[in-house]
Amino acid sequence: MEELKVVGETTQFIVIKLGDEQYGIDIKYIDNIVRMQHITRVPKVDTYLKGVINLRGEVIPVMSIRIKMGLEPDVETKSTRIIILKLEQHGTIGVIVDEVKEVVTLENDQIEKIAYDSKEEMRSFLCGIGKCDGGLISLLDLNSVVLENA
Amino acid sequence: MDVSQYLEIFLDETNEHLQNLNTQILSLEQEPDNMDTINEIFRAAHSLKGMAGTMGYKRMQNLTHDMENVFSEVRNGNITVKASMIDVLFQCLDALEEYNTNIRENADEGTNDNEPLIKELNLILNGETDDGEEDSAEAVEEEVAAPASTGDTGGRKWLEIKLGDSELNVLKEASKQGKNVLGLTVKVQESCILKAARAFLVFKAIEENGEIIMSNPSAQDIEDEKFELDFSLIIVSDASLEQVLTAARSVSEIEDVIGDVMDLDHVSAPVHEAAKEAPAKTEQETKPAETPAPVAAPAAPAAAAKPQTKTKKKADEKKAPANKPVVNRTVRVDIEKLDTLMNLVSELIIAKNSLVSASAVSGTSSTTVNEQIEYLESVTTSLHESVMKVRMVPIESTVSKFPRMVRDLQKTLGKKMELYMSGEETELDRTVVDEIGDPLMHLLRNSADHGLESAELRKERGKPEVGSIFLEAYQDGNNVVIEVRDDGNGIDTEAVRNKAIEKGIITPEQAENMSEKDSIDLLFHAGFSTAKVVSDVSGRGVGLDVVKSKIEALSGEVEVKSKLGEGSSWIIRLPLTLAIIQALMVDIGNEKYAISLGSIQTIEDISPNDVKLVEAKEVIQLRDLVIPLIRLNRILDIESKKDPNDNLVVVVVKKGDKQAGLVVDELIGQQEIVIKSLGKYISKCKIISGATVLGDGEVALILDANTLI
Repeated sequence: MEELKVVGETTQFIVIKLGDEQYGIDIKYIDNIVRMQHITRVPKVDTYLKGVINLRGEVIPVMSIRIKMGLEPDVETKSTRIIILKLEQHGTIGVIVDEVKEVVTLENDQIEKIAYDSKEEMRSFLCGIGKCDGGLISLLDLNSVVLENA
Repeated sequence: MDVSQYLEIFLDETNEHLQNLNTQILSLEQEPDNMDTINEIFRAAHSLKGMAGTMGYKRMQNLTHDMENVFSEVRNGNITVKASMIDVLFQCLDALEEYNTNIRENADEGTNDNEPLIKELNLILNGETDDGEEDSAEAVEEEVAAPASTGDTGGRKWLEIKLGDSELNVLKEASKQGKNVLGLTVKVQESCILKAARAFLVFKAIEENGEIIMSNPSAQDIEDEKFELDFSLIIVSDASLEQVLTAARSVSEIEDVIGDVMDLDHVSAPVHEAAKEAPAKTEQETKPAETPAPVAAPAAPAAAAKPQTKTKKKADEKKAPANKPVVNRTVRVDIEKLDTLMNLVSELIIAKNSLVSASAVSGTSSTTVNEQIEYLESVTTSLHESVMKVRMVPIESTVSKFPRMVRDLQKTLGKKMELYMSGEETELDRTVVDEIGDPLMHLLRNSADHGLESAELRKERGKPEVGSIFLEAYQDGNNVVIEVRDDGNGIDTEAVRNKAIEKGIITPEQAENMSEKDSIDLLFHAGFSTAKVVSDVSGRGVGLDVVKSKIEALSGEVEVKSKLGEGSSWIIRLPLTLAIIQALMVDIGNEKYAISLGSIQTIEDISPNDVKLVEAKEVIQLRDLVIPLIRLNRILDIESKKDPNDNLVVVVVKKGDKQAGLVVDELIGQQEIVIKSLGKYISKCKIISGATVLGDGEVALILDANTLI
């Protein structure tokens, strides 16, 4: 994600839940949010790639952030959603989240760059922490989330 | 008249006509006596002239006008087709192409008058025609030729209009009702550029005062500018002669309008030919307002035609379209609009399927609901299919310009060669077809220039003097293959390596260890050219690497096969990114997969006892052939649903000479599917060549049989 902007500017994030933790995704990368649907498995790919879905005639890959981040595998519930992201480098891709909560607007001074003492493997997926109404939102660095495992 | 809005259409159609002319003139060269070809050329040249004129491209119009004159003479049998003439004609086409390019880039035709060409055209004309006949060249242009002499009518050309029975009746009827029957001849100023537009304004002005019964030339011809400087009309009007004349004269760039009240008793006797032509034309002039575009629109129904003429019209309508260009039957659509349409159709199908399941769940499935859903199903399926097919075009539109190019190359290179093409009907997505032209052209030029030897050398080597270049297109599994092959010298890998060392691309040490294939790949290196002399055909060293990057941009690949002394072939494989293929749908575990029908040989029912082991691998014996078995469920990591003791369903696929048997759970059936890419993100999985959206909105993966073998 780009350098966080000058103080006073704001960024909008969509707040999602994975387990008990709240994560934020920069709204400018979000193309669409769709309900969970049948995902066609693609064989011989990394486990975090769940397969492909048909989104209005387009075949779009779907990945599990949970598996990618080393969390428990997804359990499909009523509130499970697929967020369709449009990224310059990777094209369109869907990510599965447990729940989509709300949209928040964060002032840049509400965003704290990630400190180095946080958990090692998690750090690489985050680009900052947002403070909002007392709660903390981990802001996802989408490019590293989506990046293929080496 | 603002013509900029027609610019797109103009450019597209000009291209089409030029392409058509190229093809036709080529075939004219083969058979100089083919009347159909000559007529077709004449028509295309004529349309070009008309279009250029309407758009105000004077130079282009002049050139086409002179070309048309030549064709018209050829058509009349006054000139015989000669090789020198064909050359001049081709040069003209190139010049027109140049105009077209200029117009596309700057909306201006440029300043090149191409006078030498026009002179040559006139030389052809004069060289073959006697003095008197030159006029006829002009006159023939008007398909309904008007009698030449105007002396006795004193410019009152309307007197020459031949009236049929029905028109005569209309006129007499009108005259009985106390209306004036007037004859008019309108003369347009010589400097007038848009004659058709002026004529249209005159028509409009006169129609405000009365009704046009007849015109000479016909309204259609006038609209197409198929007239010189004057045209004549017969009208019925309540207004006086003076009023009508003033109205017509008020149009600018009209030199003069002369007219008189007609004496119906003395009009020329009915001529059958004229009677046949006329009624169909009158209907055109009632509504010219709708067709000011350079594209000739289909005949608008007559609004005000008299009842008497109506009965005849039906029969005549069949005749009328024959004169019109065929282009009217197509509509040009922006490809983005098709994409949108396609996506909407997919959405519709998904919605339909939700409807099906919803009605099943709610339990309200009465017969009527089911019937309607089934009907909806068949409609959406056909809709889906039609929309998908719309995007596919045969590669013909791109490759049809190559015979002409090879012919030119033959002259510039001084080698004898022949181009053989096949598979022009192979369909590809429109965008790919548009892009593939340049790379193919490079390859053909390359074959002609570097591949083929000179006639003497060929003779020495015991080959036929005339070299052959083949351009073959066909579908192979999930690819469309376009092959450019020649029977020339082949690639001298030794020379290639030496050249590469010389250019500093590789070191001599590297060269020693290079395989044949790697050496050939050097050809695709940027800035590499083995031609000793830089010709304007090829040998600038930009060709092959451009070819490669272009093909790769279309996610295709280029393969080279070559045998020194026997020729080389360049094989372009393009994935059918948006192509439709026939596929066999199969069930494996709980998943559906598609296998391209093209790679399937047979489908066999094999008992588990017939499966043998060879080197610890499962094989079956089929008609004296031992074929390895591939259990797809293992490769795809799926649990098979089948009882291991049941007979195996084996889909036998082939790749070249090799065969393999794919074991699947069940066959679902044959289906036409659209191939969609899985995207870059999932590119690791080689055995899956793509995905397709099934009728129910679900995604099924397409197995690439080639990688399995």
